[in-house]
Amino acid sequence: MSEPLIGGAGQRQVQLPLRKAFAIAMQRIRVRLWRSMITAAGVLLGIAFLGATFTQMVLARHEPAGARAGLSERTAAIQAEEERMRQWWLVGVSLMVCTVGIANSMLMAVTERFKEIGTMKCLGALDSFIVKLFLIEAAVLGVAASALGFLLGFAAALVAPLIQLGGGLWTRLPAGEVLGWLLVSVVTGTTLTVLATIFPALQAARLPPAAALRSEV
Amino acid sequence: MGGQTLRALKGVDLEVRRGEYLSLMGPSGSGKSTLFNMIGGLDKPTSGNVFIDDVDMAQLDASELAYLRCHRIGYIFQTFNLDPVMSALENVTLPMVFAGLPSEEAAIKGMGLLSTVGLGERFHHKPNELSGGQQQRVAIARSFANDPAIILADEPTGNLDGTTGTEIIELLHHMNKERGVTIISATHDLKMVDVSDRIVYIRDGAIERIENREDITIQLGEMGAAH
Repeated sequence: MSEPLIGGAGQRQVQLPLRKAFAIAMQRIRVRLWRSMITAAGVLLGIAFLGATFTQMVLARHEPAGARAGLSERTAAIQAEEERMRQWWLVGVSLMVCTVGIANSMLMAVTERFKEIGTMKCLGALDSFIVKLFLIEAAVLGVAASALGFLLGFAAALVAPLIQLGGGLWTRLPAGEVLGWLLVSVVTGTTLTVLATIFPALQAARLPPAAALRSEV
Repeated sequence: MGGQTLRALKGVDLEVRRGEYLSLMGPSGSGKSTLFNMIGGLDKPTSGNVFIDDVDMAQLDASELAYLRCHRIGYIFQTFNLDPVMSALENVTLPMVFAGLPSEEAAIKGMGLLSTVGLGERFHHKPNELSGGQQQRVAIARSFANDPAIILADEPTGNLDGTTGTEIIELLHHMNKERGVTIISATHDLKMVDVSDRIVYIRDGAIERIENREDITIQLGEMGAAH
């Protein structure tokens, strides 16, 4: 029993490999699937709105020239310009909606787990490990929910034009452009999800365990 | 944010001996939990120091503190604080994962600990499939994961019925004797008095008195005789 309890300073906690954090994060998402899905729904809906706006933008850009027949060139140009402004305005609004929605979902998801963070710190988890864990969870959730959200928005935006125009619609949807906006949506959704997670997680991980354990949501 | 400064503890001077079973008793709001958190490195004192083996805890950086919590101190909570998504075995081996122990080794050690607390058969159960007493047993097994020198138990029987509480206290007492581990427990539970080597009474942020077990037994005898 003469072994010192803390052999002086300098005994540092080991850094766990990312693989381990990834395994634990995935287990958390899987086992809490229902809760994860509710959190993801917040992200999904926000990105669905954004995706629908992008889809409408693509459709408008590839409007056949005949659609504005009978108008003078000048009036057509003004109309097209107005249309573009309206589209970007919608993009701005939907971006705000999804920022608020995502921030709300993720903040709740992290704060309801403060006690878990405090416990993990008591068991010897490094602050960086806890942050990594939440980061991975947020990234996985963000990518999946954003991709699904875009598809939902894409489908929703096509319902009315499809009824109106039928199969001819596809010529107005170049695959490259649609994929580009899908990428933009996924990157936006994932970035917002990760940002909304990282700040509260960082804050919680830095708290003394007692403070994290005390907090009740 | 402002707010008033509250002195939860003032002028507390306490020495804990290696291998002893120490109980902190006191009404809620007495500063008992604050003292407990300071001892366990769960919180930092605004002023004053906590030493473990002559090392000042305030001098340790985050990584050294994590090492200390992982290897030298085991924590037991009133609300068990098990991870709800993990099985009993995964819960017990989590501190070993943090310590960098290989999975197979951790599993073998974890099973051994679960057997010690009488739950060897139920290693694959999730916390919500276990009773309160069983969950606290898992938590006790977890607190011993990395062979700590100190166990900190915060109201370990606070959420349990009388009989189950007694079983948990007996288990802690057994571990204390068997493994020579120091146990520091914050408690309201008078049953805890019986197994403690010393009892520290906290009142209004100060130590009211410290009693040895022998003296307590006599007092209890007198109370019994008075009836």
